[in-house]
Amino acid sequence: MDFIIIFQAGVATGTVLLFATIGELLTERSGVLNLGVEGMMLIGAMTGFSVTVATGNPWLGLLAAMLFAGLVSQIHALITITLHADQVVSGLALTFLGTGISLVLGEGLSKAGTVALLPSFSVPLLSQIPILGPVFFTRQSILVYIGYFLVPVTWYFINRTRPGLHLRAVGEYPAAADALGINVHGMRYLYVFIGGMLAGLAGATISLAVAPGWFSELTTAGQGWIAVGLVIFAQWDPVRAAVGSYAFGALRRLILDIQGPTVLFGFANPFYYNPYWGFFLQMLPYAFTVIVLVIGSREAIRKRLGSPAALGNTYIRGERGL
Amino acid sequence: MKPSQKEWISRLVDGLLPVFATLAALLVGAVMLLFLRVNPLQAYAALWEGAFGSSNALAETLVKATPLLLVALGICISFRGDVINIGGEGQMIVGALLAAWLGLTFTDWPGWVMIPAAMLAGFIGGAVWGGIPGFLKAYFNVNEILSTVMMNAIAVQLMNFLLRGPMIDPSQAELASKIPQTARLVEAFRLARLAPTRLHLGALIAVILAVLVYILLWRTTLGYRIRAVGQNPHASRYAGINVKRHIVMALLLSGAFAGLAGAVQVFGVNYRMITDGSASGFTGSAGFNGIVAALFGQLHPIWSIPASVLFGALLVGANSMQRAMQVPSALITALNGLVVVFVVSSEIWRQRRQRRRLASAPETESSPGSGAASPESAEEAV
Repeated sequence: MDFIIIFQAGVATGTVLLFATIGELLTERSGVLNLGVEGMMLIGAMTGFSVTVATGNPWLGLLAAMLFAGLVSQIHALITITLHADQVVSGLALTFLGTGISLVLGEGLSKAGTVALLPSFSVPLLSQIPILGPVFFTRQSILVYIGYFLVPVTWYFINRTRPGLHLRAVGEYPAAADALGINVHGMRYLYVFIGGMLAGLAGATISLAVAPGWFSELTTAGQGWIAVGLVIFAQWDPVRAAVGSYAFGALRRLILDIQGPTVLFGFANPFYYNPYWGFFLQMLPYAFTVIVLVIGSREAIRKRLGSPAALGNTYIRGERGL
Repeated sequence: MKPSQKEWISRLVDGLLPVFATLAALLVGAVMLLFLRVNPLQAYAALWEGAFGSSNALAETLVKATPLLLVALGICISFRGDVINIGGEGQMIVGALLAAWLGLTFTDWPGWVMIPAAMLAGFIGGAVWGGIPGFLKAYFNVNEILSTVMMNAIAVQLMNFLLRGPMIDPSQAELASKIPQTARLVEAFRLARLAPTRLHLGALIAVILAVLVYILLWRTTLGYRIRAVGQNPHASRYAGINVKRHIVMALLLSGAFAGLAGAVQVFGVNYRMITDGSASGFTGSAGFNGIVAALFGQLHPIWSIPASVLFGALLVGANSMQRAMQVPSALITALNGLVVVFVVSSEIWRQRRQRRRLASAPETESSPGSGAASPESAEEAV
């Protein structure tokens, strides 16, 4: 077990969660809860892989994945923003729909074999830094590097720019934003779309870079739901979202690696000698999500932090309340 | 006051909305089938034939509908309490595991003792698995949607561990194949068949429970309080209701019915537990599809009965459609999503009409029985 390798792989797999979490974070900041992340990720993974199989160009696959997932997310936008329906139920429907569509269109795709993947490379100079170099800058996919840029850009956008201010206003107090002349519905449509595109990107990151291929529902294995949980843990802050995503990525890798060696910290490795105990290790990411939610929710109460005030509420112009 | 003719029409439209939603979903499904270069009429004919074409087909539909209905009953309770339970899959698994363990351990019990005991075990197993997220929501403010999803994944691994380890069929443990399954239940423990088909007593149990859940929700204090907390937790607290306890109760009961569905599946259909490593391998995704059925039945236990039969038919029909036309049966997952999409989208028209009715004749609104009890009419009842 080499911790450098675990963290290096953790950053790579964590990038999947990072994209999905940042996307959902932006959507929720505008006041819309989209529980369909898992479905949109599956759409992205399937589209990215099948377009790459068809065209041989993974960049086209990536683009198609983002567009198709973004398009599917607009169903949620239409139902919740224009038709005022319940966001939770609509999000669940989107999960079913996304899963179903990707399974139907992805039928037979698992036998497609190998395809051209997105490039991986090491960054000169930066990869020479001890510990950080091998973890963050050595033989990572280009998507991982894009992830590094996405975090500060999103933070700056939300907290230091005028459109970011508008985004926060729409999510916190849409009536006031509306009175200021901000197009509340238009903004929400836009951020649901951006969230959908990033979920699609997350899915394509799996099928074109991190774990190439199409394995039906197991491609995402519930990571869309973990992303929704990480948004709460991150308290709608992109930097905390990044920390959480990479930590979860590392945990997934640790679970794989811990079952390999015969000796662990000087003791006989129980997971090597009792292979069935591995199932308990498989539970860990999900158990950790619950723990992370407990921590995040408690901290939110203590610091009096909260979700965007209008999260989950339909905005109807001229009605009382939010 | 006698409702006017116009109001009758609008109520009829309300009642038929789910039917329109289904038709719209099937229409979109037809477009998807065309995209797959399959004749939609032929495909839907195969679906109908597979679901209702013979007495065996009908029995299969009802067998599939049984766990859907049981899960849907639990969903009616939790959603009415404004608690979203997505954990039906995990609760089914844990309920089934506990019931199966009981049935495989005490093989000398008489059947009339074991069957109720096993059903109770399923009920308890599901209640524990649902109660944990309920407790975390009530006392730690943890979002129950996410925690129940995570509990699903944990339950799957628990099942995989138990069926490969402690609960594996002793004869499989000696073989090299080591199929992850339990031994078979003895004959005396199996739920009675209702006809010379696979239809079993579980279907009857589910229908009786639907009536009981209706009584629970609208004729008991517990049900009233769960609905009150769901409508307005603050007002409920001022009225002296222990809000936290009723949040836990809503999820606990919801999980219990899903757990019962798992036990019924083991004792009525499979007579053993076997895993392919995924949750749907055991549940057939009933934990999720039950939510769709409950929403389709407008969160009413009695309306959930026909809704469950409809989705049972879609699931059974999808398999024969797959055999006849080589259409992936996952199409039904997409169709289920579409049905929910159209059901929730049509809500706005119902709400609009209701608002118009309220504006024109407020006193008629207090009359009970305005169609199936929607969340709005529940508000009136509370």
